[in-house]
Amino acid sequence: MNPQVISAHGLTKRYGQVEVVKGIDLELAKGETFGLLGPNGAGKTTTILMMLGLTDISAGEIRVLGHDPAREPLTVKRRVGYLPDSVGFYEHLTAIENLAYSGKLMGLSPQERDRRIGAALARVRLTDAAGKKVGTFSRGMRQRLGLAEVIMKRAEIAILDEPTSGLDPQSTLEFLDLIRELKSDGVTILLSSHLLDQVQRVCDRVALFKDGRIVLAGSVGELARQVLGSGFSVEVEAEGEGLEARLAAISGVSSVRRTSPTCYRLSADRDVRPDAARAVVAANGALTRLSVDEPSLEAIYTRYFQQTDKTEVRDAA
Amino acid sequence: MRREGSPFQGTGTVLVKELADHLSSVRMRVLEWLIVLTAAAALYGAIDTLRQSTAEDPFLLLRIFTVERSPLPSFVTILGFLIPLMAIGLGFDAINGEHNRGTLSRILSQPIYRDALLAGKFLAGLGTIAISLTALWLLVVGLGLLLLGVPPGGEEVLRALAFLCVTILYAGVWLALAMLLSVILRSPASAALVALGLWLLFMVLWPMLGPALAQVIAPPDPQYALLGLPTPETLEWQQRLLRVSPNYLFGEAMLAILSPSTRALGPVFLEQLQGAVMGAPLPVLQSLMLAWPQTVGLIAAVIVLFTAGYVLFQRQEVRA
Repeated sequence: MNPQVISAHGLTKRYGQVEVVKGIDLELAKGETFGLLGPNGAGKTTTILMMLGLTDISAGEIRVLGHDPAREPLTVKRRVGYLPDSVGFYEHLTAIENLAYSGKLMGLSPQERDRRIGAALARVRLTDAAGKKVGTFSRGMRQRLGLAEVIMKRAEIAILDEPTSGLDPQSTLEFLDLIRELKSDGVTILLSSHLLDQVQRVCDRVALFKDGRIVLAGSVGELARQVLGSGFSVEVEAEGEGLEARLAAISGVSSVRRTSPTCYRLSADRDVRPDAARAVVAANGALTRLSVDEPSLEAIYTRYFQQTDKTEVRDAA
Repeated sequence: MRREGSPFQGTGTVLVKELADHLSSVRMRVLEWLIVLTAAAALYGAIDTLRQSTAEDPFLLLRIFTVERSPLPSFVTILGFLIPLMAIGLGFDAINGEHNRGTLSRILSQPIYRDALLAGKFLAGLGTIAISLTALWLLVVGLGLLLLGVPPGGEEVLRALAFLCVTILYAGVWLALAMLLSVILRSPASAALVALGLWLLFMVLWPMLGPALAQVIAPPDPQYALLGLPTPETLEWQQRLLRVSPNYLFGEAMLAILSPSTRALGPVFLEQLQGAVMGAPLPVLQSLMLAWPQTVGLIAAVIVLFTAGYVLFQRQEVRA
């Protein structure tokens, strides 16, 4: 079992009378990529700021790498990299100068700093723009420069707040690749976003925020089972006798629907394609097509909020 | 419970970066030239006047700072007028500028405390002003030496140095005020406007409002008025009110330091002057003691304003 690098219990943040974060519990294991999802204003950024000790905690407790960020902020901030929402740089300085300033604040020696800056810029593919003023950078380049800062810090945990919002599709893909590279280095990544398919592409587990609470947490498959009932939808196109019954007999399949004479749609809680193929072959059927729709986070998210909205409306009525 | 580590870790880094920014910024260049050109004009007038009156003055160097020839005010008056402008120019966007650029949360996520950022920025601003003022001061003294040809005595140099120190302090008051406003107000433009408003208030309006308010608080006694004398109470109130303005404090301190014959800053009864040799200069130490309360007032203003900014900044939310 991997050790927990971030653990929060009953974490609460109040601004005056208003509770923005309402007692959330969160556990992050070392090396995993965790996604914080939710609409704007759901408390994601506030939670992140509490993890970094940049805002006070009203109640509850949080440990980051075993330290209390409110009491030992320097230790926490030395080991955690943060890429804020709409990150900014000093426009009149070059990329290298900006990173050098952060490097000095991190307390790196000049040689070490130069070495790390060069490596980090190469990692995010900004070496060509290293000597240019940040004022001329596009949004995608700025985000990458922000990630370079996290890389340069050799952070054990990288907290990325809305890293891809406002990026064009090409830059988004590039940025997600960079996140994956970071993950393969063993860095624990906490990613907040409201762009669901991106989170799904890189995250191991996600937590769904709503009005300051975590309403759902787990891997995408688990969430799908919870919310959609069954996560996977397998489509089988085959000719043969009595296929419907055979397909329904596969373990994990909750229902089979015949959409056309040769087409069956299975709802299952796992990827049952191998079993379906076997079943068709065993029935001497001719298998012509087999496909699976993975559960999309978007479907889960939409369904979840529709459901809760409905119950709320019913409750109100 | 104590926080771990030093609150000033990283202050030096912030200081060096901000100092470099200030010294290379266009804004600073403009302010410097504004001060140098106006001061040069005042200086030219002063030196010209001094040359024509070849009276034997033991404090020739100090006269450069204080002599005025209309329509230009003296060098000290001009500094008192323009230094706040320079300090405001350096401080009005210190914190809210970082906020708006989105750099604040990134910088604060580095292993430093907020203390380091605020203190570094304040010291960098003060350092910038100190460098420019020292350069200006050396220029003035050098020009004085060249054009007047009289070497200054030790006492004069001491007084001139005291003048430099108090001037830097005075700039510190305005810098701390500008930075406080940059913490309170999210928009740099409104911070600059409010700071300039206060500057105008203390520069132009307060010298008129102070006496008027004093007359409301302590109405003049008709008995004194009959004798053509000001009422002591009104006078006292007037002085108290005027001394709220850092500008007035600076003016008083300058009067004591640069005009050695100044014996008191405020109303004096005739009997207190008994035995005094009018017009005789005071020793340096006595003059400095005379200016000390004003200087302490300026130091206190710096501390109060900086602390207010510090407290507010510590409690401020960093999210954009």
